[in-house]
Amino acid sequence: MELTTGAGTIPGVKEGTSDFVTLQAPEHALTKTLSDAIAYARRNSIWPVMLGLSCCAIEMMGTAAARYDLSRFGSEVFRPSPRQADLIIVAGTVTKKMAPVVRRIYDQMADPKWVIAMGACSSCGGMYNVYSVLQGMDEICPVDVYVPGCPPRPEALIYGIMQLQKRIGKEPVF
Amino acid sequence: MATKRIVEHTHQSMESMSLNMGPQHPSTHGVLRVVLELDGEIITKATCHLGYLHRAKEKHAEYKTYHQFIPYTDRMDYLSPMSNNTGYVMAVEKALGVEITQRCVYLRTLLCELARMSSHLLWLGTGALELGAMTVFLWAFTQREKIYDIFEWIAGHRFTVSYMRVGGVARGDYEEWRRMVREFLDQFMNAHREFETMLNQNEIFLNRMMDIGHISGEEAISMGLSGPSLRASGIDYDARKDSPYLAYEEFDWEVPIETKGDCMARYLVRMREMEESWKICNQALDALEKTKNQPANIDNPKIIYPPKENVKKSMEDLIHHFLLASEGFKVPPAEVYSCIEAPKGELGFFLVSDGGPRAYRLGVRSPSFINLMSLEKMSIGHTVSDIVAIIASLDPVLGEVDR
Ligand code: SF4
Repeated sequence: MELTTGAGTIPGVKEGTSDFVTLQAPEHALTKTLSDAIAYARRNSIWPVMLGLSCCAIEMMGTAAARYDLSRFGSEVFRPSPRQADLIIVAGTVTKKMAPVVRRIYDQMADPKWVIAMGACSSCGGMYNVYSVLQGMDEICPVDVYVPGCPPRPEALIYGIMQLQKRIGKEPVF
Repeated sequence: MATKRIVEHTHQSMESMSLNMGPQHPSTHGVLRVVLELDGEIITKATCHLGYLHRAKEKHAEYKTYHQFIPYTDRMDYLSPMSNNTGYVMAVEKALGVEITQRCVYLRTLLCELARMSSHLLWLGTGALELGAMTVFLWAFTQREKIYDIFEWIAGHRFTVSYMRVGGVARGDYEEWRRMVREFLDQFMNAHREFETMLNQNEIFLNRMMDIGHISGEEAISMGLSGPSLRASGIDYDARKDSPYLAYEEFDWEVPIETKGDCMARYLVRMREMEESWKICNQALDALEKTKNQPANIDNPKIIYPPKENVKKSMEDLIHHFLLASEGFKVPPAEVYSCIEAPKGELGFFLVSDGGPRAYRLGVRSPSFINLMSLEKMSIGHTVSDIVAIIASLDPVLGEVDR
């Protein structure tokens, strides 16, 4: 028997499994618990796409390396392919030539997806107010978290990711 | 051992396929885009497409005062901002005709060499990672973090330091900082040995690096290569020895040379360069200890910012501070070229001044840009997988390529 809730049938949760026992509760509580469980899973395994544009990328690599160890937050698996990623950390200057590429990578990612603008450049153009630099990457795609700094310290990036995790917990899953 | 994979190919024999690599690719060190023409798996043509990180640095130089431009040089070769700062302020100092103090010379030498170590460590870490050695990446970053701590202590920022000033440095060094550098240097050679044990005997690493991306000495010169890529082809040219600047002449060190001109040779040159940098650092640190009571900045309030405490107390210093911050200093009309040996190669600044507080024109000879031009030459005849090793061995930084 498949488990049915107020939100519909949940595939994969079979009678006799531990999930079934946990989820057997009044209907509203069931939906709540399930979305909590899904949000819990989502926010603790945010895989970023490997998109290092310039200087900030070095700090992003530093964050993933041994001292700051991003894997404590479940985000160390940098994926070269946007199809396998949930998060795009735009680390560096987005030039006008690069903007279509960034947008394309964003479009190629599967939902749900989030965006962190890391550093002054991707947030607002930073110190480059010139013909070739996009004045903030929110001109091409929605941004969830802005991390200030030039470049932000690894702690700042980790804080940004934690803010994003909080936010993921609050989003409705269904 | 590695088999020679250079295969004779004829264009007519097979239909070629073109493969796009980048600008978002994990092994192109940023936003390099290479369009490859392939004959089966063999590369017949490799065209670099640049400009994905063009930030108009040279144009900025014309609109910023000389001091304001220093932070922009940080972000050119963002793996060794200390060297870029030094190169730029040396060009301005040459145009101004000022002599820096002996202590400042030692401080700059020490910091430039630390920057070289940190840059080569990043090259080592990412280069090995691209060939599948994850451990080296983590170890290299552990060492880099220690260098960053040193920079942070003295400059206030981890890697975009903006530490050098025209006529001196932003702030002096301290006993505690020197102890910190000493501690780092004491443990560095151990780590260096560990890297070598990991890689020098590693069968996979050797197979991927030996006889790949060959370039001869003459070709290297005709393409204008510089830095480790040139020295790996048997050419003994190093700006630190051949047109000495800072304190390199005083110290005892050697220029590492390899003759084979392949990826492995470039790897070996950089590894030995780190050792030599370590030697220079130790000597520069001793020299700093000896000159610890001397001033680090020149005594010219028209050029160098007065100490902040004095600005609050003395009217004259306040005026100097205000003038420097609002207008900047003027450089007499001049055309100068000044170059240093940055970690990637010869980094030159060509500065034209028309007597105003801003440069009339600043041209940058960036080593990465020129080194990258040899990519096609190196990669023809090799397989697709080899191009990863070749790009890594050239160590381009796209911030410097596109500027
Ligand atoms: S914010 Fe600063 S460090 Fe980051 S990419 Fe821009 S210039 Fe570089």
